[in-house]
Amino acid sequence: MNLAIRDIRYHRGRFILTSIGLGLLLGVVMSMGGIYRGLFADALAVLDATQADIWVVQQDTNGPFAENSRLPEDIRYRIASVPGVAQASPLSFQTIQIERQGKPFRFYLIGYDLNGFGGPPVITAGRNIRQKHYELVAAKAMKMELGQKIHLGLHDYTVVGITGKMVSSSGDPAAYVSLADAQDIQFKKDNNAIRNDRARIAAKVNEIQIISPAQAGFLNQNITGITESTHIVNTVVARLAPGAGLQDVQDRITRWNHFRAISNEEQTRILTKGMIEKAKMQVGLFRIILLVISAVIISLIIYTSTIDKIRVIATLKLIGSQNRVIIGMILQQSLLMGVIAYGSGYGLISLTYEKFPRRIVLEPIDLQLLFLIVVVICTISSFVGIRKALKVEPAEALGG
Amino acid sequence: MYSIEVDRLTKIYGKGETAVKAIVDASLQVKPGELVAILGPSGSGKTTLLTAIGLINEPTHGKVILDGAMVADEGWLPGLDLKRIRREKLGFIFQAHNLIPFLTAIENVMIALEINHLTRTEAKSRATELLASLNLGHRLNNYPSALSGGEAQRVAIARALANRPKVILADEPTAALDTDNGKNVMSLLKKLAVENHSAILVVTHDHRMVEGFDRIFEVRDGVIVNETKRVA
Repeated sequence: MNLAIRDIRYHRGRFILTSIGLGLLLGVVMSMGGIYRGLFADALAVLDATQADIWVVQQDTNGPFAENSRLPEDIRYRIASVPGVAQASPLSFQTIQIERQGKPFRFYLIGYDLNGFGGPPVITAGRNIRQKHYELVAAKAMKMELGQKIHLGLHDYTVVGITGKMVSSSGDPAAYVSLADAQDIQFKKDNNAIRNDRARIAAKVNEIQIISPAQAGFLNQNITGITESTHIVNTVVARLAPGAGLQDVQDRITRWNHFRAISNEEQTRILTKGMIEKAKMQVGLFRIILLVISAVIISLIIYTSTIDKIRVIATLKLIGSQNRVIIGMILQQSLLMGVIAYGSGYGLISLTYEKFPRRIVLEPIDLQLLFLIVVVICTISSFVGIRKALKVEPAEALGG
Repeated sequence: MYSIEVDRLTKIYGKGETAVKAIVDASLQVKPGELVAILGPSGSGKTTLLTAIGLINEPTHGKVILDGAMVADEGWLPGLDLKRIRREKLGFIFQAHNLIPFLTAIENVMIALEINHLTRTEAKSRATELLASLNLGHRLNNYPSALSGGEAQRVAIARALANRPKVILADEPTAALDTDNGKNVMSLLKKLAVENHSAILVVTHDHRMVEGFDRIFEVRDGVIVNETKRVA
């Protein structure tokens, strides 16, 4: 006769409620695991979608995700001409915060060359950008409709396509525009600033006594052209030709002394070790604390449940029951509670993980590991009750 | 041969100056089929005597022999499997019925049988038969909370009898019952002692409940002070 099942059947309401309560806690542990994985997925989303072998950035920087990196756009041609490079394409990244429906809304704007790579990896609705200006592809998480307009910098941009789960390393949804538009949005000054700059340059040039007015006009025009240029990018990404040596190509680019060529592997390390390390540790620590809390709660529940059954246990001992019958009852109840709690936690998280503001990635290996941990916790927790039960004297069954 | 033999049994709690003598030099014998009462006021040591015979409380001195086998001689005999002896030779009836609340009446009886290695089918058949013989055939699937005090105590008696023990030890079996139910339980015990040929030792403080017992031992301050045979 299975005493654990009989006891649960008799106290099913209490048992199910307790298990569900514990399940909520395990659901939070699962979501923490999902957030932990989600941090990785988010951090590497742009990196993975770009599928570059090398990220060329400003020298002595870890850009473009970890630090500011600025490169002249035309460097792309020099990179493309390096032996072993099959394709090079400039990219621009910026985080933008706008007011939407009265609330602040942040997103990550990626500018890419329409003839290069690094654009939206997939189009789930609408189409990709075809015109050089004023078209935008938004990630699904931006919750924008096709045809909807958004004002960025000096212009309105129309949503022509929707892409999948593209986010920045900090979890902001991504949007794509042409490189020229991204450069305008990031670097183009407003009309007042342009007028102001032009006047200041003209005043400075006119102060030069040794040049003629015609030379001053020519100089003025050239300086203004340089200061108003927006042909700057944050990185140039490159794909290698088949058989090309990654280290050779990196060495060749670095040898010019003005750029740093970061391999995809290094970039992954910069993103995962440097940028999200603390967040990852925090989430990891939180998971451990929650697991310890779960263990304490399970132990307390099992201990209380054993205390409630002291007389039953004493009676069982008095009528000659072997210890294994009593140990089995406590252990099975503890494990059943763990399994039901795990099931309800899994059910909860499966139904809700899509609704979390940040990405939750539920990896089967994490869920399997958590299940094992729950089984171990339940087994260890049951020792508290078993220890108490084994100390119960049969004589406790006597008396009123 | 006696079912129960107790020779100069002494139980002392604590040591030195704080030592308390709960039972001193108690001796008694109970034959198979005999119904014997240990009568005494609260704190007189009668339950201590019962627990020493029931292999629950280790005697300090003296001998205990159950169904012809020595179990205690100046303490438990070494290597003795007390649980097995309790399971196979003893049946217990308590003051409160001590039924397992999450088992039905039939399951409460079956558990004692399954612990003694009977198969589920055998246990079910024997438990049904026993409960039916105690007029509880209609209460098989009721939980203890749904039984009256008398019914619950009869289920407890069925559990005590389940393994056909040679010795049944009852600790104040009528204390939680009204007078009528108490008398019914005592009548039932008398009947069972004769029918099953079991030695039944009942601890009670209630003089009214010992009518018809074969013998009565009166205990005062840990000492058996009187033995009376057959109360008419």
